[in-house]
Amino acid sequence: MYVADSRATASAAGAVRPRAGRRRTAVAPTVLALGTVSLITDVSSEMVTAVLPLYLVAGLGLSPLGFGLLDGVYNGVSALVRLAGGHLADRGGGRHKWVAGAGYALSAACKPLLLVAQTLTPIGLVLAVDRTGKGLRTAPRDALISLSSTPETRGRAFGVHRAMDTAGALLGPLVAFLVLRATVDGYDAVFTVSFCVAVVGVLVLVLFVPGGAAAPLDRSATPATLRAAFALLRRRDLRRITVCALLLGLATVSDSFVYLLLQRRLGVPDRWFALLPLGTAAAFLLLAVPLGRVADRVGRWRMFLGGHLALLLAYGLLLSSWHGPALPYAVLLLHGAFYAATDGVLMAAAADSVPPELRSSGLALVQTGQAVARFTCSLSFGAAWTAWGDRAALTGSAVALALCGLIALALRPIAPESPA
Amino acid sequence: MTLRSRVLILVSALVVLVAVAAASVLHAAARADRREQAGPGGPRIAAGRLALAGGGPRVVFRNMAWGPHRDELVSAPADDPSGPRTASGVKCLRFYAASGTGVCLQAVHGPVRDTYRAVILDTRLKERARYDVPGIPSRARVSPSGRFAAWTAFVGGDSYAGTAFSTRAAIADTRTGRLTPTLEAYRTVKDGRPYRAADVNFWGVTFAADDRTFYATMATHGSTYLVRGDLRTRTLTTLHPNVECPSLSPDGTRIAYKKRVKGAPEDAPWHLYVLNLSTGHETALAEPRSVDDQLVWRDNRTLVYALPGDYGADLYTVPADGTGKAHRVATAAVSPAYVD
Repeated sequence: MYVADSRATASAAGAVRPRAGRRRTAVAPTVLALGTVSLITDVSSEMVTAVLPLYLVAGLGLSPLGFGLLDGVYNGVSALVRLAGGHLADRGGGRHKWVAGAGYALSAACKPLLLVAQTLTPIGLVLAVDRTGKGLRTAPRDALISLSSTPETRGRAFGVHRAMDTAGALLGPLVAFLVLRATVDGYDAVFTVSFCVAVVGVLVLVLFVPGGAAAPLDRSATPATLRAAFALLRRRDLRRITVCALLLGLATVSDSFVYLLLQRRLGVPDRWFALLPLGTAAAFLLLAVPLGRVADRVGRWRMFLGGHLALLLAYGLLLSSWHGPALPYAVLLLHGAFYAATDGVLMAAAADSVPPELRSSGLALVQTGQAVARFTCSLSFGAAWTAWGDRAALTGSAVALALCGLIALALRPIAPESPA
Repeated sequence: MTLRSRVLILVSALVVLVAVAAASVLHAAARADRREQAGPGGPRIAAGRLALAGGGPRVVFRNMAWGPHRDELVSAPADDPSGPRTASGVKCLRFYAASGTGVCLQAVHGPVRDTYRAVILDTRLKERARYDVPGIPSRARVSPSGRFAAWTAFVGGDSYAGTAFSTRAAIADTRTGRLTPTLEAYRTVKDGRPYRAADVNFWGVTFAADDRTFYATMATHGSTYLVRGDLRTRTLTTLHPNVECPSLSPDGTRIAYKKRVKGAPEDAPWHLYVLNLSTGHETALAEPRSVDDQLVWRDNRTLVYALPGDYGADLYTVPADGTGKAHRVATAAVSPAYVD
């Protein structure tokens, strides 16, 4: 935490911006604390994810095929949980910390259960509960980040958080395989270490993230009822953001398809296949903070659309006949840039048009819309691939993305973006 | 709470958690060390020379007994697989051999994570070729002539709590070195019509003696099919539903396989069957347990397969005509291949 703290402060102090005046530029301690919690939690969860296939096949001798069949159900449940988490956090004037904490604790509690679950069904259930914890915590945590940073530095705050989060995701598999190497297939040790790490994450949250309302609430503010949460959609800006996120989500091909296309079209050797997600994550990690800062300056909405332009370029490269050796790197860089320019930036943009007392519900709404749209895209992309082949499916997605991008450009929220 | 007390709480919790984590790692490491010591009552194992042809009837398999030769290829008398084992020093996760050609699926310990490869072995277990394997190895086969080798790997999802898995079945021509990394490259004909789907998975290749025909499992939309493949025209044709991990009899007339049966628990869904290719008749075998393995024909009448055991897996036999009973023939063994 201190390392991240000093690094973020140093870079913030080092980047002297003309015309920015003497505005306080350090990232809020709450954001750094939440970033630390996410970093630690991602180390823990990615440890499990990294060894899970090996554990199922080599450790337990199970056939994991068809294990993903329940993904559709999970996605639906996870969307509901997300909305519920967002709503619960807003009720009672800022219970964000405790709802997020419950989500982190739920996921932590799943790790020791993996030690006892020895067959597919219980393991699937444990993973579902783990995912429920993730669904529960995401919106309250993002609300806390937005509430504890000033409007004009929100993009950077989310960038710092996402960078720390991704760093954890990159470290997790490393830790897992170190443990596995030291213990020769000691999956129980991996799960135990993962549990201990997860508990540290929960403790950091409980001890170092301030509870209660992160921002002083207006007495006359809308009470956080369910009706008020859905009434948020009557706000033009939030409605437009949600609709745009939904439209663009419908044209966002899921990661696994992108890697599969990359391998098929560019002939990436099998041995590199497992490393492709690391390329995206590394680019995301490196670009999250700089793009968040740029978003604060040029406008988050513009950055969000720019991110989708990067995705469109990545599609274009995958469709092009150019087969240079740099192509996989270029595609992964663009893919990572897409995440860096959209993931935290969308939350920062949405936060601008949701009042603080309904922040968590509002962010959950946008996230859920996006998640549902992406899942729909996955299904239709799979169907298009089946019917017309991968090239046609990707061409269709590229056209859809360009169209949705144009609509989003026309629909852009007109609320004064935080100037910088 | 002051910052000081909060830091104090965190530090004390860290001490406890680090101790728990360290204890679990040390415990697991000590267990791994014990596996390096030969256990009492285990099979006799001695290092020696191992040949995939010309050494008389032997069974070659991956030894899983604790001790210095754990995970190595060993050979034992074909008529007494539980007899003394000769260890080769070559480690494999999965193995198969025919006519002096072996295929050994190995883990390669990298600095960050393990990768996998398929190594083609000659009669004396010398490496002839190697290929990357994109995931955790599962099945291995060599054609009866020794010319073609095939393997299946599980490829896992990488996203957060990603639970979707797929399989890749690859075929290598050991004479030309040509590799087909996935059977998805073949044209598929299902129920007489060309078939294409993004969710298609293949696994469990088994070869016929003509070095042209093979069989495998194709899965799509939640169902599995026995497919017949043609190495020359690069096509696959569906033959029969609900067939996994086919294994062709030496006389080429029957397929032994695991079939998903109704009413079986989700975690043990299979029963062993033999399918007569000319009549389409299915015969249930006398093994009552659910088996997750690609069977091996010891001869035209007897099948060999692995079931989970105290040291990973044990080998069993059962008659191919549905009569008799299953017998355990070796403990701490997996991936058998009969050579002579």
